Amino acid sequence: MSRSDVLVDADWAEAHIGDPGVVIVEVDEDTSAYDKGHIPTAIKLDWKKDLQDPVRRDFVDKTGFEALLSERGISNDDTVLLYGGNNNWFAAYAYWYFKLYGHDQILLLDGGRKKWELDSRELSTDVPERPRTSYTAKEQDSSLRALRDEVLGAIGKRNLVDVRSPDEFAGRLLAPAHLPQEQAQRGGHIPTARNVPWSKAANEDGTFRSDAELRSLYESEAGLDFGRDTIAYCRIGERSAHTWFVLHELLDQPNVKNYDGSWTEYGSLVGVPIELGDGR
Amino acid sequence: MSASAEGCGAPAGGVSASAATGSQAVVEGRVVHQGAPVATGYARLLGTGDEFVAEVPLGEDGGFRFYAAPGSWTLRVLAPGGLRAERSVEADYGQVTKVDVTI
Repeated sequence: MSRSDVLVDADWAEAHIGDPGVVIVEVDEDTSAYDKGHIPTAIKLDWKKDLQDPVRRDFVDKTGFEALLSERGISNDDTVLLYGGNNNWFAAYAYWYFKLYGHDQILLLDGGRKKWELDSRELSTDVPERPRTSYTAKEQDSSLRALRDEVLGAIGKRNLVDVRSPDEFAGRLLAPAHLPQEQAQRGGHIPTARNVPWSKAANEDGTFRSDAELRSLYESEAGLDFGRDTIAYCRIGERSAHTWFVLHELLDQPNVKNYDGSWTEYGSLVGVPIELGDGR
Repeated sequence: MSASAEGCGAPAGGVSASAATGSQAVVEGRVVHQGAPVATGYARLLGTGDEFVAEVPLGEDGGFRFYAAPGSWTLRVLAPGGLRAERSVEADYGQVTKVDVTI
């Protein structure tokens, strides 16, 4: 896997609008952006309503994923091109999620919705009708997902990458600065975690930095040992999916997991160790 | 609060008209170009040395809002056509700092 296998630019996306083998999908937490205008022919996925279990705290299971993709008209043979707002956080999360369920022909649009908008490219309000398919997912690939016990066991043994902002890492904020700070869980970070905010992997227009810059960011600046396995986390698992994409897909690191429980789970666990203060 | 308080994303449709601030350090404002609100664009909040803090898409009325930590910040606005602007802002608990930007 390398950058050209997983990441495409806006020109590529524009050239493949209407290509019958390519399904363009906008993924967001709040799909009102899609409703106001999206890349022509794109369908939408709602990060919460479509991808999360409505009752338990988990994402939809294999059967739910199959039902969702069948209903949206995505087949096993389709190449799925994902993009979204928030610098592709939720699109990267969906990418990770498609990978978990074994969909290999999956691409991310570099820069996502932001670059598309800043380039003044065409947006459409037409909602395409796609005929129903019969999608079959594979069993969840557990090599890509970390659960809490594995995270606790990784303290001091594996690379833990906390991709939240420095203020969240230090325990001064409990959420990103564009959200109200009203959550009740404890602040801080998992002991031994390095703080490499997701934003350091992205340029101002939302595109990813070059492979050389990314390597230098994680290895030289943050001191990550690429010889060890890695777990990335944030607050709810989508910013860390962005970093998972960088480490696993762009830099081709073999053993990188996303801890989607992230700080909203870890920071609410009873009795686990927490560290406060700024990163090194 | 809205659903976005549980999630992590910026509110894609922009912000609502009034901030329920309480004890929070709020930075908010509107972006205007040639007398009209800039409805497509982004506001970024940056710390010292251009350290990224947060970003939101502008609302229909060109509006944005951040819940910052107290301190000094840089607000940068990006819009199509290469339009951009920067302002220095101060935030403190219990205050709503208003920053209206003309680009």
